[in-house]
Amino acid sequence: MPETVTAPAPVPTTDPRVVRAIDLAWREAELLDRKDYETWIGLYTDDGSYVIPIDPDTDDFAGTLNMVYDDARMRRMRVTRMTEGYAIAAVDAARTVRTVSRFVPESVTDDEVVLRSAQVLIAYKRGRHDIWAADLVHHIRLSPSGDRIVLKVVRLVDSEDAVPAAGFLL
Amino acid sequence: MSHDTTTPAELAAADRVAGRLYTDPEIFEGEISRIFERTWVWVAHESELPGPGTFKSAHVGRQPVIVTRDRKGTLHTLLNRCRHRGASLCEKPKGQANGFTCPYHAWSYGLDGKLRGIPYPEGYEGVIEKGELSLKKLRTESYGGMVFATFHDGIESLEEFLGDAKLWIDRFMKQGGGYPIKVLGKHRFKFRGNWKIQLENTTDGYHFPIVHRSWMASVDAETADMMSFMTDPSAITHALGNGHSVMQMVPGHSDLDADDGTEPLQGRFDHLIKDLAQTLEPAQVRKVVRAMHGTGFNLNLFPNVSMSAAFFRVLRPISVDETEIEHIAIGPDGPPELDAVNRERLRIHEHFQGPFGFGTPDDAEGWDRVQRGAQGAPDMPILVNRGLAREKASPEGWPTSHVTDETGMRAAYGQWKEMMRDA
Repeated sequence: MPETVTAPAPVPTTDPRVVRAIDLAWREAELLDRKDYETWIGLYTDDGSYVIPIDPDTDDFAGTLNMVYDDARMRRMRVTRMTEGYAIAAVDAARTVRTVSRFVPESVTDDEVVLRSAQVLIAYKRGRHDIWAADLVHHIRLSPSGDRIVLKVVRLVDSEDAVPAAGFLL
Repeated sequence: MSHDTTTPAELAAADRVAGRLYTDPEIFEGEISRIFERTWVWVAHESELPGPGTFKSAHVGRQPVIVTRDRKGTLHTLLNRCRHRGASLCEKPKGQANGFTCPYHAWSYGLDGKLRGIPYPEGYEGVIEKGELSLKKLRTESYGGMVFATFHDGIESLEEFLGDAKLWIDRFMKQGGGYPIKVLGKHRFKFRGNWKIQLENTTDGYHFPIVHRSWMASVDAETADMMSFMTDPSAITHALGNGHSVMQMVPGHSDLDADDGTEPLQGRFDHLIKDLAQTLEPAQVRKVVRAMHGTGFNLNLFPNVSMSAAFFRVLRPISVDETEIEHIAIGPDGPPELDAVNRERLRIHEHFQGPFGFGTPDDAEGWDRVQRGAQGAPDMPILVNRGLAREKASPEGWPTSHVTDETGMRAAYGQWKEMMRDA
């Protein structure tokens, strides 16, 4: 008789810890659509990373080329670029509306939630709508002083193909 | 060539070109057949084909090709089209294979394009000769690791075509610090504009401090200072013949072997210098760190590749108003200690070059606007006359002007005119 292994029951999205993580992911989505980058940057921990990889399978972001691989320093410079008014792509950036859904809690502890989700973003600029579809992973650190993002990975379905050069963030 | 009697010479004068060059679909079709299918088009860097059986997908003009390395090490460029019913043989961007089998009826081809097998061959007895049904093969030649292909069997050799650009290819490869160059990764993006807008951009020093102000503000003072070439009289552009040109933004880094040792290494790389110094000779450390931003020039090779400071920029015309670009990150192919160097080079590349970089989206916005603006009065000229009156011949005989001048654009349009009138 083969040994019977019982998989742990999945944590439901109604778990209060998961609810907090989903709230944060949704708040982040809205801030990015509003291009409120100054508030957005405050959602990240100082040791947090924001990554848009090219290789769909890699977790070695340091050793491969990414579209975005931002630590706190790069994130700060990026927000400055997006808000200072000198980057012509940011000044005339597309308007975006994104939907984040299909949440699956990957792991849940009292300190950290790893949350997978799907994001569909429509970007409108000068008579064109571009679609950006991606799988997201958020590592969210839970804390009484405020939940924060430790890692966000945006895996575009077409990450290895040619995408438009963007003046906004995913 | 167009719906009226306008000649290439009238469309592209010495100091101006018609705006219609960006918007007229008939001119675009002429460019595909007379330029992209008649000259040497860059398809690969040899490091992308490191061993027998390795391949990559590419395009020559609009036509899909596979670049392969066979068991003997010879490079081939094969049209990606089965001889039977035209299906594409390979849809992978790169990989390793013994050959290619069409997924439709399983006709199979070797790495050199020879037809090897046909399933159920009885129906073809007396009908076909296998030897006549190899994949269509393009002439393929390489120089300095840069692999080019052409549909035109009768043209000059690649080396003749590159001419004086060869010296600059040699210099560009010195950023390996004595090691060969390898491809580290690539960004791919597209913009809604004509391919020539991008061709011009890599030889356009004039836009740099304006379009890239936000990037300049984000880098350290040493890097910003390095790129402050606007008023530096030693920063110059040469036309090299056959439409090629070189724009020297940082003349002190044009030949990385020319180093008197007085230039301090950038403080931002201190951590790297310390690590490398544990195993590499000081001179070697200096070589690879001094080359961290590549060479101090952009070499524009007509019509589709530039070797720009620390990366390759490859353009692919899609239609009259759509172009795809690859920004290919490169670095030294050396011992494991250099992995840290290449990681740093990846970060530098990400900072400027990607579709979310601090530079490329701003370039792309400028290019989009050129395409949109050029819809107005399409016969009104685009000016390429900056620096015309101060252009002089260099000791080598190359037309030369300041780095912000449009000497490189004039060189490219001169070649465009030659090829477009050459039926």
